[in-house]
Amino acid sequence: MTHNIYLYIFVAAAVSCLIRTLPLTLIRGKIENPFIRSFLYYVPYVTLAVMTFPAIITAPQVPIAGILALTAGVIAAWKGLNMMGIAALCCIVVFVCETAVKM
Amino acid sequence: MNRNKNAFTNGLRDGIPIALGYFAVAFSLGIVAKKAGLNPFQGFLSSLLNHASAGEYAEFTVIIANAPYAEMAFVILVTNIRYMLMSCALSQKFHTDTSLIHRFFVGFGITDEIFGISIGRTGTLNPYYTYGAMAIALPGWSLGTAIGIVAGNILPPSIVSALSVALYGMFIAIIIPAAKANHIVGGVIITSFLVSFAVSKITLFDHMSDSMKISILTVIIAGFAAALFPVKDNEQHTAEDSNKEAS
Repeated sequence: MTHNIYLYIFVAAAVSCLIRTLPLTLIRGKIENPFIRSFLYYVPYVTLAVMTFPAIITAPQVPIAGILALTAGVIAAWKGLNMMGIAALCCIVVFVCETAVKM
Repeated sequence: MNRNKNAFTNGLRDGIPIALGYFAVAFSLGIVAKKAGLNPFQGFLSSLLNHASAGEYAEFTVIIANAPYAEMAFVILVTNIRYMLMSCALSQKFHTDTSLIHRFFVGFGITDEIFGISIGRTGTLNPYYTYGAMAIALPGWSLGTAIGIVAGNILPPSIVSALSVALYGMFIAIIIPAAKANHIVGGVIITSFLVSFAVSKITLFDHMSDSMKISILTVIIAGFAAALFPVKDNEQHTAEDSNKEAS
């Protein structure tokens, strides 16, 4: 049996959309339960941390470039550099580092 | 009205580095889409509607396998389950009066990065901020996919490699100021780093998708943190205020 690509895309889109919108539209008020409130408070930090590390080291071609980008990014963020500046800094560190390694 | 316009402009500005990063990553996704037999328009459409890297990669593998539609639904549910957690977290970030329409469209726009910058805003979230970021990031992602299908990998590997860390740089910009302001958050972030690293080294978890790992680790670590260090309402503001500079 052959399947229609548009139908595949539609099924994937419908499921993605439901996953993303159901909690936001169903949970209308402030959650009062202290455990759930605390849990949801920690969720973004944990998710972002887990996504960042160790992926930042495996994403570039050379692991050391990723380690240096992470270090530079953390220091810059600690010093209060803005988001775009930190993103640009990480890219530059990887580019310079990989160029240096190849020479 | 003016506040909404301001929020939109800020979202647009913060969306620029996301769009650049997306464009580069979507290129490689386009190559997979081409293998699955998608034309550039179908790739564009898929990325505009699904906008999820791991999710779409899985989507294309299902198409290549010519698998049943039900399998597509299940695979997408598993690879994108973390968006459900993000959606729950964002529900607490809105003013309670926020209309259903705004909730729906902000929810539709959730990606790792758009969620990251939206949750990092000080105080309640103005939906127009998220719309601003979506307005530039989603076309960047969709066009990247379409052009990837047409042109293959025309960017040199060194540029793709450098751009690949832009997204992580943005995550660092959100979590580090929060860690600086609140030591418990800092400890939770360091724990997350360590556990995530350990799990990536354990071969037992190799068959598990990255998205699944992220979801499971988030539930476990955030669950432990919530049980051990319940948050008082005033603490939430300290960590959020620290993100003012970052956003």
